[in-house]
Amino acid sequence: MVVTTENSQLSSPLLAPEPKPLSQIGYTLFSRPSTIIAFVIVLIFIVVAIFAPLLAPYDPLAQSILKINRLPSASNWLGTDQFGRDVLSRMIHGSRNSLIFGLISPVLAAICGTVLGVVAGYFGGIIDRVISRLIDLLLAFPELLLAIMIAAVLGGGFWNVIAVITVAFIPGFARVARASTLAVKQEPYIEAATAIGLRTPVIIFRHVIPNIAAPIVVLMTLWVASAIRLEASLSFLGIGTQPPNPSWGNIIRDGLNNLFGSPWPIIGAGFAITCVVLSFNLLGDVVRDVLDPEISE
Amino acid sequence: MTDPILRVEDLGKTFGSGLGFSLGKRADEVRAVDGCSFSVNHSETLALVGESGCGKSTLGRLLLRLIDPTAGRVHFDNTELTGLAPAQMRDMRRHLQMIFQDPYGSLSPRRTVAQIIAEPLDVFGLVRSRRDRRERVADLMNQVGLSPSFMDRNPRQFSGGQRQRIGMARAIAVDPKFIVADEPVSALDVSVQAQIINLMQDLQRKKNFSFLFIAHDLAVVRHIADRVAVMYLGRIVEIGPKKQIYGMPQHPYTQALLSAAPEPDPERKGKRIILEGDVPSPKRVPPGCSFHTRCPIRQEICSIERPPLREVAPGQLAACHFAKPFPIPLTRPSPAIPA
Repeated sequence: MVVTTENSQLSSPLLAPEPKPLSQIGYTLFSRPSTIIAFVIVLIFIVVAIFAPLLAPYDPLAQSILKINRLPSASNWLGTDQFGRDVLSRMIHGSRNSLIFGLISPVLAAICGTVLGVVAGYFGGIIDRVISRLIDLLLAFPELLLAIMIAAVLGGGFWNVIAVITVAFIPGFARVARASTLAVKQEPYIEAATAIGLRTPVIIFRHVIPNIAAPIVVLMTLWVASAIRLEASLSFLGIGTQPPNPSWGNIIRDGLNNLFGSPWPIIGAGFAITCVVLSFNLLGDVVRDVLDPEISE
Repeated sequence: MTDPILRVEDLGKTFGSGLGFSLGKRADEVRAVDGCSFSVNHSETLALVGESGCGKSTLGRLLLRLIDPTAGRVHFDNTELTGLAPAQMRDMRRHLQMIFQDPYGSLSPRRTVAQIIAEPLDVFGLVRSRRDRRERVADLMNQVGLSPSFMDRNPRQFSGGQRQRIGMARAIAVDPKFIVADEPVSALDVSVQAQIINLMQDLQRKKNFSFLFIAHDLAVVRHIADRVAVMYLGRIVEIGPKKQIYGMPQHPYTQALLSAAPEPDPERKGKRIILEGDVPSPKRVPPGCSFHTRCPIRQEICSIERPPLREVAPGQLAACHFAKPFPIPLTRPSPAIPA
């Protein structure tokens, strides 16, 4: 009697069979045209970065005194720079550096920051105080200043630049992770997890982290853009990718000195950065919608 | 009579006494639970009633050591829970489960019903294979009146009553000996409450666990409980068999509480006892009997000496100086004659 009343509700046609989770995610992902465009743009840039040597029409380092500051033409689609190097080829090769920095650093920073933030938020007390003060210390410096400071100590080089950008981003992730953990920790299902006898690490990995993942992932996609920008700034300042190797940042830097000779390096690289940054931001929005069970319904 | 399954001695919890930045300052101490002693017998339902904030939820959590007590001991089945190391306590949790008040918050939104119900089974290694697990989950869902075909759904696709059934399936999954239910129906619609209460009773009869049922709805308690404990400001003021507590309450607070409960039959309308003043803050519990500031029959002794819980009738204990071992009908709760 008791049982059947609710069962009849349950089996009513109002609750149609659940669609497969994967197709549901796919549906949320691609139900908006802006998402598809963003996804395609990111995909194009990644393909270009992977196959850069095959796609670039010229050697990005080859200089030619005969072809200085050319305007776009059939042979050089984006013209040439002050050393006669093909701007398009440099941009294609530069996408490798920019995207690698742009993807690796936020991921590393998200991992480190989440660990710090969750530990601080979940355990609280003296652990929380120590971690929070360290994060405050890092937050007191602007990202760029912090990056320059670390780069000045460590010097240039690929891994150093990654480390620099990562450290610059850790405090943001840690803050978000800590705040979200504090909120999730209050949820009764965390107490329920303790009550059924789960160990603390299992509770953290199974019940805390999945429920704070949405803001972290969104932040990560937003900071892919920031990382590309920061790498560009560092390269612009001469700390990042070292010339003559191209990255979008140092293409702009070189271009600025030669703005009136040929504006095309700045226009091209600036456009590329804008596209990637915008696309990742759009993807970030939709990833949040997919991850948040309350919104994805 | 056999030994009780759970025995609580002088249990207490004071919040805010930790060493913080406010060293030496103890003004913010909150005595949520203070000197509670009682026991729960095998396959018995003990209901814990009291106003909001009287410490009944805290007491329930202390029993399961979801919060660590600051005083006293909890004995469960010849084991002292309060002395166990964390790992040993985790093993004990197989026998001690909990049903939560909030059917929405107590189920992780990212996990399916099957994952939620199977989690305690996995913790204690009670399933042999994936198939075994799904069969156990299906069986448990049937027992709480849910169709197993919904086991791969998320909790958000269920109503409050259905979620509470999921919570119950999780609690009974490991066949515990003792379940604490913290106001399990107060967040539900009245129409669903009865179903859930009946289901709990059925399950208890079938599975034979002991039950601590925390509630503030006296009608619900009357329906489900074997014995009733009344809490006021962190202390148990009266405890005894349901019939005696409802029929001849000895403590003036119990009398007032019962007289405030809605009476469905207008003919039987009794006299209501209106208590003066508010519940004192648990930060400043009054000296002596903690109820003396609002008690209609208070005397001088009440503000000086705290009355101990003493037997006033067979199996019935009350903490009042003037509790008399003779029946006082609920309809005439006139001040008892001072001793």
